[in-house]
Amino acid sequence: MKNKSLVSINDFSREEHIRILDLAEEFEKMPTQSILDKFVVATLFFEPSTRTRLSFESAATRLGAKVIGFSEPGSTSVQKGESLRDTIKTISNYSDIIVMRHPKEGSARFASEVSTVPIINAGDGANQHPTQTLLDMYSIRKTQGHLDNLNIAFVGDLKYGRTVHSLVIALSNYNTKFHLVSPEELKLPSSVKMHIKEKELAYHQYTELQDVIGKVDILYMTRIQKERFSDPMDYEKVKNSYTLKNSMLEKARTNLKILHPLPRVNEISVDVDENPKAYYFTQALNGVYVRQAILASILGVK
Amino acid sequence: MDKSESRKELKVSAIENGTVIDHIPNNNVFQVIRILNLHEVGNMVLFGTNLESSKMGKKGIIKISNKFFEAEEINKIALVAPSATLIVIKDFNVIEKKKVKAPDAVEKIVKCFNPNCISNHETVITKFEVIDKKEMKLKCHYCEKITTRETIVFL
Repeated sequence: MKNKSLVSINDFSREEHIRILDLAEEFEKMPTQSILDKFVVATLFFEPSTRTRLSFESAATRLGAKVIGFSEPGSTSVQKGESLRDTIKTISNYSDIIVMRHPKEGSARFASEVSTVPIINAGDGANQHPTQTLLDMYSIRKTQGHLDNLNIAFVGDLKYGRTVHSLVIALSNYNTKFHLVSPEELKLPSSVKMHIKEKELAYHQYTELQDVIGKVDILYMTRIQKERFSDPMDYEKVKNSYTLKNSMLEKARTNLKILHPLPRVNEISVDVDENPKAYYFTQALNGVYVRQAILASILGVK
Repeated sequence: MDKSESRKELKVSAIENGTVIDHIPNNNVFQVIRILNLHEVGNMVLFGTNLESSKMGKKGIIKISNKFFEAEEINKIALVAPSATLIVIKDFNVIEKKKVKAPDAVEKIVKCFNPNCISNHETVITKFEVIDKKEMKLKCHYCEKITTRETIVFL
């Protein structure tokens, strides 16, 4: 993985995914070390994202690296019309690795071709967000003890949810049984289902959240956005049907954990937070360790 | 020459040496010409459209004199002429006849259908992986979205 960019989840092999998860476990035990103190990490966020950016910056800083960058393009030469090509070429001279989030799909792949340093994709439009997928896998593995043969439910916006697509594709390598819960308009696209079918895995589709709770080991919740509905009344009809309340968890398996890529709006009721099955904030914390593992691997230190 | 014989004359004259591209879907002849840059080569180029075909109803045909193509170059036309026949002519004789073969990748000639793809905003050569040769589904190397035969736009 040394010097290799991480743009799409499949840029790393299954073995490399596992290596990252194993390494993240080590970092969880000792997140503060100075192994990256000779490196400069650039965080270029062309689109705001407090959580992912701060997670990367925390990961880098705890390992001793210096962090430079920007958190939105308004104050940079991008405002003057500088191309992404020139921005990346220039900044790759100032840093050892670039973490990038950009609103256009394909921007990270393009950046990896013009940059002289590795690129970590922190989200390119509606396309990939591989570090989220890895931290989701880490969280699942940590809470269930393993990744294989699990029953996993994905709830909410499965059509546009980039994190859902990526995680479904990654989990198809582990004999997962998929339970897909969404309104009719927001079903998982066939291009993603194709991966499930290729591996000949089972998947079930539901419109009612209650129907899956007792059947799964992991409940992956996502936000349903009003903007995705052409008719706002259709949104009004479904907006509360995919809200998880604490009372709904009575029939859940003891090992069930609730994940959410965050930010959460109203799809997980606050009364769930105190339930030991609520894992979403720890999930976000796991992001620091996983990102430390990714930085350390690509920079060739681990 | 009596009338019945003259009716059997080729609609598009025979060439002495060169390449014939036959069985082009009727509406796509000009696209093939563009894809192969035939509008810019110095060779004699003959073509016909709306020709009768027992196989296709109507078809197009292109004959390029003294030009022979590498498989890699000519297979690009599979995007718009998936069942075209490629014929190599020498001394007015058919030397080789084969079907066009869909390529594994397409570069430069197709635009990504996703308006939010970086390739539509930065100076970069488009690249696609042909993930379905029968249906001509092109997966963009950058944004990973699929441009289909219906949405193919040539640059």
